[in-house]
Amino acid sequence: MESKQKKTVELSGQRRTLLKAGAVVAGSAALGLPSLASAADTIKIGHLTPLTGFLGALGAYAQQGIKMAAEEINASGGLLGRQIELVSEDSVNPQVASSKAERMIERDHVAVLMGEINSASALTISQVAARNKTLFMSIGARSDALRNKDCNRYTFHVDIPVTVMVNAAGEALVRQGLVKGKRIYCLTSDYLFGHDLSKAAKKFFAANGGNVIGDELVPTDLTDFSPQLLKIRQAKPDLVATNLGGNQVTNFVKQYSEFGLTYPVAGFNLNTADAWAAGEGNLGGIWPTVWHHELKTPGSQAFVEKFTKKYGRIPENHAWIEYVSLKMLAQAITATKSVDTDKLIAYFESGAQFDILKARKAYFRPWDHQLMQEAYPFTVKPKGQSKGPQDFLLFGDAVPGPNEPLEKLAPPKSESTCKM
Amino acid sequence: MEFLYLLEQVVNGLVLGGYYLLLALGLSLIFSVGGIVNLAHGAFYAIGAYVSLVVIQHFGFGASILITPLAVGLLGIVFERFLLRRFYTADPILSLLVTFGLAMVAEQAIRMIWGSAPLPSNMPPGFKGNVLLGDMMFSKYRLFILAVVIAVMAGIWLLLHKTSFGRVVRAGVQKPDMVAVLGIKLQPYMTAIVMLGVATAALGGVLFGPIAIVHPAMGTEIMTVAFVVVVIGGLGSFWGVVLAAVLVGVVRGITIYFVPAAGEASMYILMFLVLMFRPRGLLGERIERFE
Repeated sequence: MESKQKKTVELSGQRRTLLKAGAVVAGSAALGLPSLASAADTIKIGHLTPLTGFLGALGAYAQQGIKMAAEEINASGGLLGRQIELVSEDSVNPQVASSKAERMIERDHVAVLMGEINSASALTISQVAARNKTLFMSIGARSDALRNKDCNRYTFHVDIPVTVMVNAAGEALVRQGLVKGKRIYCLTSDYLFGHDLSKAAKKFFAANGGNVIGDELVPTDLTDFSPQLLKIRQAKPDLVATNLGGNQVTNFVKQYSEFGLTYPVAGFNLNTADAWAAGEGNLGGIWPTVWHHELKTPGSQAFVEKFTKKYGRIPENHAWIEYVSLKMLAQAITATKSVDTDKLIAYFESGAQFDILKARKAYFRPWDHQLMQEAYPFTVKPKGQSKGPQDFLLFGDAVPGPNEPLEKLAPPKSESTCKM
Repeated sequence: MEFLYLLEQVVNGLVLGGYYLLLALGLSLIFSVGGIVNLAHGAFYAIGAYVSLVVIQHFGFGASILITPLAVGLLGIVFERFLLRRFYTADPILSLLVTFGLAMVAEQAIRMIWGSAPLPSNMPPGFKGNVLLGDMMFSKYRLFILAVVIAVMAGIWLLLHKTSFGRVVRAGVQKPDMVAVLGIKLQPYMTAIVMLGVATAALGGVLFGPIAIVHPAMGTEIMTVAFVVVVIGGLGSFWGVVLAAVLVGVVRGITIYFVPAAGEASMYILMFLVLMFRPRGLLGERIERFE
């Protein structure tokens, strides 16, 4: 017995070292492999996007989109005679995103930071960018707060903000008579983006005569909605409005369908990847999107074809937006003939027009750095009309309409709390 | 009216208890009998869900309930034989590391085989919809899950208490030295228990696919719940896991009724309280390590 104990003590000394070594390796792997010192003549771009967690599926699309854009640009000679080196990593959560952004700026010397879908992570990255006077293109994060009290000179916002999403779907809801005088029950993801959606939704409903009878906060790691569904049934609303993020919408929609509830459902956030995952027969109602793969412009269709051929799957909106974001940056670099942060900021603020593969060109508003672009409401095709598991969505016409100003749905300057 | 709503949440919590029980059972079995914390438990749940999608395409949902756990159970035998077996008598942290590593490898493997986008996993036809008992609404599908879980629990209870196999396992949990003295090799029993634990995890994946999202990281979503239930119930106790699962379900339902945002936190608070006042868990026994 004693010798056995002694042996365990000796061995555990070795073991301890092995474990420590393993922990160091695992720890550094978690932080991401540092990029090797590269040749002086590449343009380094730091890219962060969530590849794990409830936004992970969207981040995977985002990464594919931006990689395709980088490869296209490099294949046609790069920018300013230099190749683009894309350093793309998993942002994981706001804390890791912040430390990775710091490392990308200080050690990897990236010229620009790009990416993110999680609004909370985008916030921490934008603060790092401002501290280090580096340009950050916040591509997929939609929280209103980022464009208002948390805005800064170094951050530009590509995706449509929460208010626009609410207005895009909301207009369709009003037309269907689901708002005025109706009792509306809300479900909100309990994080920055969800709260933003809820605030904007309540404002929209109040302005249009809707009566919000409840707003349930739902933790982002919640996967079983049965207690909330029972509460919805007890409340007997006229409309269930969801302010959920990422794949929580999918979960909710599936379980809503499972319980066979019949109250109309709508929501102010739904990415096409999450819609596909909900499955035909489960999804209904009206939702907004920033882009969709059936958009009939030549640029968009060419992009869809190329992406599908390269990756074997249809691009969803995050793939598209990352692709056009890198192309916009490329245009700015080429026009200013530099990667100097101040020059790029000035170019974006100048109202330069960008072809983002939609019917109308887009531009950044100088005072809040928000890209002005069209959005699309969508619903589900009537039963029997879809031709496959990714074909059951029915996309509406662009809003604002062709004769309306692009800023129509966006929050006006008078309501903005952004000070740069 | 209000009381009825609260009652509905409590009853829903009981039904959910079946859901949590299925998730926790496999973890508890391997923990109690082998003394190993299987951090790859969630990975087998995920593998079960993905394999089920494949089996459903060829044989339908009903067949998948039988075939998938068996198939993944075979994988569990391989897992035990080549991986777990080396760590029964080793430093506990090694089995944690190895199963954690396996969980990561499994998640990436799923991502490589099936892609990172969530897969549509539909409810088998005929199960959608609710059934009303009085004024309380139940999902048909969840009642079905509850029935399956009760059947599985009955089967496992019979196995552990009415067969010679079960007698040896229970003896091995409480007095492994005596079992060795009696000349019985515990190794094959351990393999069988691991297979059973893995198979129940896979069954969880099969049953929850239609109401959850099938994506590569789905295993991590259930690990914490499974852990909490096992810890609250206590090691080595069959009924402890049952009681804990039901308790977690009911407490969660009640919390969401009063303070919705704290719904997920309620089970951790419950675990904290149980550990403070009864560290071995509600019905836990003190067990010796499988040797």
